[in-house]
Amino acid sequence: MTLAVILSTLDATIRLSTPLLLACLAGLYSERSGVFDIGLEGKMLAAAFAAAAVAAVSGSMWLGLAAGMTVSLGTALLQGLAAITLKGNQLIAGVAINMLAAGLTTFLGQTWFRQGGRTPALGPGERFEPVTLPLARELSGVPILGPIYADLVSGHYVLVYIAFIMVPVTAYVLYRTRFGLRVRAVGENPKAVDTAGISVTLMRYQAVIITGLLCGIAGAYFSIAQGSGFGNNMTAGKGYIALAALIFAKWKPVPAMFTCLLFGFLDALQIRLQSARLPVIGEVPVQAIQALPYVLTVVLLAGFIGKAVGPKAGGVAYTKER
Amino acid sequence: MSALRPLPRWADIALLPLLNLLLAFAVSGLVVLMIGQNPLLAMWAIVTGSFGNGFNIGYTLYYATNFVFTGLAVAVAAHASLFNIGGNGQAYIAGLGVAIVCLALDQTHWLLVAPLAMIAAAVFGGFWAFIPGYLQAKRGSHVVITTIMFNFIAAAIMVYMLNRVFKPANVMGPESRTFAPGGRLPKLGEFVPFLQHTPVNLSIFVAILALIAIYILIWHTKFGYALRALGHNPTASRYAGMSNSRIIMIVMAMSGALAGMVALNEVMGVQNRLVLDFVAEAGFVGIAVALMGRNHPIGIALAALLFGALYQGGNELQYVIQGLDRNMVVIIQALVILFTGAMEGLFRPGLQFTFMLLSPEQKAEAVARETASSES
Repeated sequence: MTLAVILSTLDATIRLSTPLLLACLAGLYSERSGVFDIGLEGKMLAAAFAAAAVAAVSGSMWLGLAAGMTVSLGTALLQGLAAITLKGNQLIAGVAINMLAAGLTTFLGQTWFRQGGRTPALGPGERFEPVTLPLARELSGVPILGPIYADLVSGHYVLVYIAFIMVPVTAYVLYRTRFGLRVRAVGENPKAVDTAGISVTLMRYQAVIITGLLCGIAGAYFSIAQGSGFGNNMTAGKGYIALAALIFAKWKPVPAMFTCLLFGFLDALQIRLQSARLPVIGEVPVQAIQALPYVLTVVLLAGFIGKAVGPKAGGVAYTKER
Repeated sequence: MSALRPLPRWADIALLPLLNLLLAFAVSGLVVLMIGQNPLLAMWAIVTGSFGNGFNIGYTLYYATNFVFTGLAVAVAAHASLFNIGGNGQAYIAGLGVAIVCLALDQTHWLLVAPLAMIAAAVFGGFWAFIPGYLQAKRGSHVVITTIMFNFIAAAIMVYMLNRVFKPANVMGPESRTFAPGGRLPKLGEFVPFLQHTPVNLSIFVAILALIAIYILIWHTKFGYALRALGHNPTASRYAGMSNSRIIMIVMAMSGALAGMVALNEVMGVQNRLVLDFVAEAGFVGIAVALMGRNHPIGIALAALLFGALYQGGNELQYVIQGLDRNMVVIIQALVILFTGAMEGLFRPGLQFTFMLLSPEQKAEAVARETASSES
């Protein structure tokens, strides 16, 4: 393999892992606060649709992004209403959200744009363009490091950089701020937090709001950065892979980044290996690589490689007293 | 403050689900209004589209058959307080079993093939749910997450199997060869001309038997008692000397076996070959059906019929009203799950309060009547 091939695979890895990373970090806030979220997929899908629809109508990618984040936030609040205020089953709420998003986006897309559920293709200014970092062109002549900087680090959508910046930000917020401590505490022992005079409900809503906003960016990435327009079921199960990544990373931000990069790499590899023959192994079935993230997560969950233990109070609505 | 009293049984079983269903319909109606169509007309199109004539009824029953199986699968697990959202994957893998039996024996008679295909569906589907069950029971991994993962793994396996193993050389698409008549379950239309050429087939009787069997199992056997005890209070059932992990594994396998019956209906009954995505979304509809039906076979039968009607009616919708189609039904279904499953708290306190307001007078009246009748 030449440097160019390696670089292009890694480049694809970064592009493919970005939405995973955003969704994974989104889920991290919610789950760390004790609200299980299997509705990441639905929130992303709704955001992808809203972003593409608004960008197409308004002609502005930023308005599109804002719309995606708003819709995702609204969806997250609906889920929060069910899971936090009404003390409903958090898992079922997530299932409902996913289904609702799948139905509504297809339905509204078809009704509004009449292109079989697709939104109109976005032109320049309506979608994000790759950003060239300073000095990328000048340094590309430098051996090895030059192409790495020019092709791998530079030349991504601005949302990609936001996603990766969110990793240290999340780590800082979670481990170094009062808010983060409270989020973690509310996920482990809500009673203690309540006793300290902090509202469990409020903490959980705040976490869920962050989840909604990040899912919104992830969704917008699909339709107005990576793609140019929304297509039916555009997120294609990526929300579930993000969920798997979150578990695989044991609900920690930095491992979450590496897990998302790994899963993104598998995805990139799978695209590259389509119908390619490898020495020794022969033809690798694409499906085996596609299934690998899920298999790895199950194996981890089963405790065969380390142990994934989620937030203790996760999945249970907090009731003050009976 | 005095605690709200629990609702009367009938309100819990019938009134609450009905209210939630009405709310789901109302919200979907708003969506229809929003795009400038008449929701009542849409409603009528769904009703006539699902029950208007024998053809429509046949399709409604065919969808309902699937939903009974997946609804029961969710319900059985739910009684042990396990949430099996892997019905799709289990049914998909079960298709493998059904296809193997049908392909191997379709030169014989369907009377021989059908029971074997059923067993194969149960074994394959059951196995696919048993693994998450085992992992939950013995390794403590959450069954919800593992069943989600297993849905995706199943999808990957099936794409591989269809492309590499089952696809005959002379066929383009990823599907198996069509079974000979010996590998096909007779359609009901062959015996009841009223149903015409609709896909509803003999597996509907399997669904009815399953409903009865699950009723007996859950409420009239020792195992059913153990399963419900586990669902109510795992610590208590452990102290009562039951092996929780054993029950979890058996329940999950049973749940998967039930979901697997979808493959009997679809592969042997309707498609007569193994195709991609034959399960469609049946596994997820099962969640709505079980929630709506309060995990009781009678409720599940009714809810399955309701969703069967919605699916069939939804198909017809697009021919009646421009711009409305099956996706409308997905929205209704999602709202039903949201309201009955996750937002139970929406109506319950209000209802409990209403019943409390009503009850003292009613009680006083009843007492007065009682004394009057005993004195006379």
